[in-house]
Parts: sequence; C-alpha cells; structure tokens
Amino acid sequence: MSFLNNYAYYIGAFGLIFIGLYIILVKHNLIKVIVGLGILDTGVNLFLISVGYITKGTAPIFSRPGIYSERMVDPVPQALVLTAIVIGVAVLALALSLAIRLYQHYGTLNLRKIREQKW
Amino acid sequence: MRRIISILLLVIVTFGISLSLAKIPFGVPKTKVGKRYISEGVKETGATNIVTSVVVNYRAFDTLGEVTVLFIAAIGLGVVLSTSRKKAMREVTPASLILSTGCRVLFPLILVFGTYIFIHGHLTPGGGFQGGAIIASAYLLIYLGCRERRINAKVSMSLESLGGLLFVVVGLIGLAIDGYFLTNFLPKGTPNLLFSAGVIPIIYIAIGFKVGSELTGIIDNLIEES
Repeated sequence: MSFLNNYAYYIGAFGLIFIGLYIILVKHNLIKVIVGLGILDTGVNLFLISVGYITKGTAPIFSRPGIYSERMVDPVPQALVLTAIVIGVAVLALALSLAIRLYQHYGTLNLRKIREQKW
Repeated sequence: MRRIISILLLVIVTFGISLSLAKIPFGVPKTKVGKRYISEGVKETGATNIVTSVVVNYRAFDTLGEVTVLFIAAIGLGVVLSTSRKKAMREVTPASLILSTGCRVLFPLILVFGTYIFIHGHLTPGGGFQGGAIIASAYLLIYLGCRERRINAKVSMSLESLGGLLFVVVGLIGLAIDGYFLTNFLPKGTPNLLFSAGVIPIIYIAIGFKVGSELTGIIDNLIEES
C-alpha cells in the first residue's frame, strides 16, 4: 500500500503516457492520433510536476510576508512544465491545421486510406 | 496483430522506464538549484512568485525561445491554412439570444481578468502565458456568441509583433547597461507590491499581449477554415 502511496502520481503519469502512445500507434483516425498526442503531453507534464513535488508542500509563492520556505515544492519543474504546456498547445494547433488540410485534399481522415491513395 | 505488437512494445518500454523510475524517490527535495531559487529568489529578483522569477529572470532566454516557438507555430498554421482561392461567405446560424447577450456581458470581464493575471504575474499565481490564454478564451467566446464578428487581423498582428519586440528590446537594454542579455536593470523595489521586481512585469505584459494575440489568431484561422 505504501508503494501506491509513494508512486501514485508516477503510475498515473505513466498510465497517461501509455494510453497516449497506444492511441498513436494503433488508431487510424488522424483526429484520434492528435487526441493521443494531447494525452501523451499531459502525462509527461504530470510526471515532471510529480518529480518536483514535496510531501505536504505548498506553491513556491511568497504571497504574504513571513511565509516560510522549508516546505515549498521545486519551482524548476513547474517552470519547465509552463514551457511544455505552451509548446503542447502550439503542436496541437499545427497538427489540427495539417489535419484540416489533409481532409480537404483526400476527403478522409483515415491514415490507412490516405496511404493507399495516389498523390 | 498490429494491436498486440504495439501493446507488447509499450509494455516492454513502460517496464524498462518504471525500473529506472522506481529509483526516483517521491516527495523529497531533489534539486539544489530549486532550493537556491526559493531561498534567494525574492532577494535577487524582487518577484514573490518564484516560478515567475525562474521563467522570466533566471531562465528568460529560454522563455524567449519558447515565445519564438509559439510564434513559428502560429505562422506555420497560417501558412498551412491559407488558401489562394477566395472562400465563399458561408452562412452562419446566429447564436441564441441568451448566448449572444451572455457573451457581450462576459467578454469585458474575462478581458479584465486576463489582464489582471498577466500584470500580477510576479505576485500571484499566473503570468503572461496564462493571462494570454484567458484573453484568447474571451475571443473564443465572442466567436461562439456573435458569429458574424471577426477580429481585426492587422491589430492582432501588430500587437503580437510589438510584444515580441518589447521583450527583445528590454533584453538589449539590459545588455547595454549591465553587459548581460535580459538583465534585471530596473530597481527591484519592495516585494509584494505591484511596482516591484524590475523588468519582470514589463516582460510578462509583453508576453501576455503576444500570447493572447497569437492564440486568438490561431482560433481565428481554425474557425475561418472549418
């Protein structure tokens, strides 16, 4: 049980990464692949945040004077995840625009059918 | 068959990663640099939000790169979606009265909230990226509620460029004054006040304008095309 207590966030994060990779590898619909990409992104972010977590920690913000700093979580992974979220949004938007173009060109979003067609 | 192979592959990969992952302890402090930022961050940067001081002061050059990535993605999206042929005006079903009135009431409030988030980025949770995303959500609401309305692309583009330019110019002034790109050259002030932390609020306001107009442009492009 202590194993679950200790590693619940890691397990959750890797569950999300597992699901995302599975969708990317198996599904044929491009929209579903992009959704899988989003889930994978979320899993990686959750993993980074949980690496930086400190038990019973607070946010690293000195919102009022006299707050003490021993139990603050690590700010570096949070800053990295802030970057990663923004890049994730950019990747999703670009992928969706490519999906729109593919659909207009081929009339389908099924990757297997797109591969069979001629250019 | 393909499904079974990919599940097997994933199980092997996940097992390998989790073996190494089990060595990482959970819930204890790990990095020295994080401790250093927490103990010295307020003194060195004047910002009480340590994440902000990492993003905009200690690692500001990374943030410049990140903003550039977002910019390139927005440009790429515009290029991919731009069509040479003129699109026919599609007819839109107008939104219901409740939705359009609600949008008009909520739109300025959401704008004010987003602006608050990125102006107070060095004091409270939030910052330029979050505030920009909130502002873009206000414009998304406008697209849902008042469907015939469009943003002025020129204003949005120039806000975006001005934001990026302000970021670089602040960095260059720091280079000219103190010899380092993106140095915090303004006085730090008292922590927990709005006018403190030197250049951090200026940079975050620039980022807020830039991210807000970029995400609004992305939404606009995607809606035009659908």
